[in-house]
Amino acid sequence: MKQVIFEISSNQALTRDVYRMVLRGDTSGITNPGQFVEIALPGKFLRRPISVNDWDADSLALIYKVVGQGTEQMAQLPVGTKLDVLTGLGNGYDTARSGDKPVLVGGGVGVPPLYALCKKLLAEGKHPSVVLGFNKESEIFLKEKFEALGVPVSIATADGSVGTKGFVTDVLRGLDYSYFYACGPMPMFRAMEQVVKTSGEYSFEERMGCGFGACMGCSIQTKSGAKRVCKDGPVFIREEVFG
Amino acid sequence: MNTKVNLCGIELDNPVIPASGTFGFGYEFAELYDINELGTFSFKGTTKEARFGNPTPRIAECPNGMINAVGLQNPGVENVISRELPKLKECFHKPVMANVSGFSVEDYAYTCQRLDAQDQVGWLEVNVSCPNVHGGGMSFGTQPEAAAEVTRAVKAVTKKPVIIKLSPNVTDIVSIAKACEDAGADGISLINTMLGMRIDLRRKKPVIANTMGGYSGPGIFPVALRMVYQVSKAVSVPVIGMGGVSSAEDVIEMMLAGATAVEIGAANLVNPFASRDIVRQLPQTMNKYGIEKLTDIIGGAH
Repeated sequence: MKQVIFEISSNQALTRDVYRMVLRGDTSGITNPGQFVEIALPGKFLRRPISVNDWDADSLALIYKVVGQGTEQMAQLPVGTKLDVLTGLGNGYDTARSGDKPVLVGGGVGVPPLYALCKKLLAEGKHPSVVLGFNKESEIFLKEKFEALGVPVSIATADGSVGTKGFVTDVLRGLDYSYFYACGPMPMFRAMEQVVKTSGEYSFEERMGCGFGACMGCSIQTKSGAKRVCKDGPVFIREEVFG
Repeated sequence: MNTKVNLCGIELDNPVIPASGTFGFGYEFAELYDINELGTFSFKGTTKEARFGNPTPRIAECPNGMINAVGLQNPGVENVISRELPKLKECFHKPVMANVSGFSVEDYAYTCQRLDAQDQVGWLEVNVSCPNVHGGGMSFGTQPEAAAEVTRAVKAVTKKPVIIKLSPNVTDIVSIAKACEDAGADGISLINTMLGMRIDLRRKKPVIANTMGGYSGPGIFPVALRMVYQVSKAVSVPVIGMGGVSSAEDVIEMMLAGATAVEIGAANLVNPFASRDIVRQLPQTMNKYGIEKLTDIIGGAH
C-alpha cells in the first residue's frame, strides 16, 4: 500500500452513469490486476474504493459507476484536481493458475479490472477470452478496448439488444476454458456456480470502512473462516467461498 | 518537551493509543510504520468464542464520521492468544491493551482472566458499551449496577489494571463511571460509538444490514469531550478520552478535559498513519500552546 497524491488528467462519461478517470502520479504501489485504490474526497469522511482498470508507470485509469453521493462527486471533479489516494490495495488475480485458455467474465461495472488482467495474461503468452454482461446496448463499455487486444469478446445483454440475450452464464455454457476470472455482482457469481466447469476466481465487492484490513467492515465467510474483502481479497478462489 | 504519562502504574512514552476495532492486532499497521512509536494500542475486541459479527453492509458514511455495525468480529480468545499475540510480539515491544467483550458476566471474567495471564498484556480494557450486539456489550454498560457487576467479576480474577470502557448512549454516564470505580475499576475509558443510522435514498432502506450502528469520527468529539470532562471530575481513577480525536490539538483538548491518555479511532481508518502522525505532531503542538509537560495539563480545564 502506498499513499500518493494524484492529479486528474481526464474524467469522462463512457455511458450515462459510468465514468473513466485517469490519474497521473506514482503508481508503484500497484502490483497486480484486480487490486483497488481508495480515494479521499473533499467533504467525505470515508475513502471510496475503486478497482484499477489499467495502469502504467505514471498513470492509472479507474472506471466507476455513479451509485451514490461519493461517486456523484467524483464524476464532477475537473481535470487538474489533486486527490489523496491509497494505492495497491487488495490481493488481485493470480495469473499463475490460469492454464492456457482462461475466460474472463465481467458483469456491468465489474468489467473494468478484467482489462488489466487480460493484458497481463496476454503478456504471459496465454490465450484468454472475454465474456461481458450488461443490461442493454446503451450500458456497454470497454468492448472495443478488449477487441483491440485481439481476444475473442462475447457480449450478453439482458434485453437481447446486443449479442446473446440473457446473462454471462448463457454464453459460458457453450465455451471451453481452462480457468475463469470473474468480477461482478453476487447474483452473477451464484448463477456462475451453476454452470462453471473449472476452478476460478471471483472478485468481491463490499461496502468498506478502511480498505486496508483494520476495521473488519467488509468481511465475508469462507471455508477457512472470516476473511476481509479489502485485505485478504477482493479476489477469492472459487472453492474458498462456494461449493 | 515531555510527552510521558502514567496510565494505571505503567508509563507510556506518549498518551496516543489507537482504539480497539480500528487497529486490528497491530501487525497490519506494523507493515506501514514502527508501531512502537505509539504509547500503546488497544487490540480488537475479543470474546470467549470466535465471532463473525453482523451481516454486511456494516459500514456507512456520515457527516464528519462513519457508522459501523461490525459486531465484535474476532477469532476468539484462544486464537488471539495462540495466533495473534505471537504475531504482535514480532513487531511490538510494549505492553498492549487487551480489549474484551462478553455476553455474560462469566464470559467477561473468563476472557479477562485468560488475557491477564499473557505477558504482553499491560491493561484490560473491558468493553461494556458495544452498541452492535444483542444480549451483551452495551446492555452491561447502560445500568450502573450491571457495569459494577462486570467490574467486580473481572477484578476478582485478574491482577492487571482493569479499565472499563463506557457507552455514551445513556442518560447519566457519571453514575455508571462512579459505580465502576466503586466496584474496583482502575480506570475508565470513554466514549464508545454513539448509536446512529443512515437510510439509502435510492433503495429507501437502512444502509446498514443491522439497521443501526455506532457513529464515530470528528462529529462526536464535542460530546466525547463533554463526557470526559464530567467523568474525570467525578472519579479519581485515570480516564482515557476518545471519540473523534484526529489531531494533536484534539489530544491536548481531551487532556485538558481530564484525560490521562487518549485513544484514536475512526481517524486510523481514513489515514493509516493518523496515530503516528499525531505522536509526531505532539511536541510542536505542545510548544505552540506553551506546554512543557503533558502531565501538567491533565484536567487543566476543570
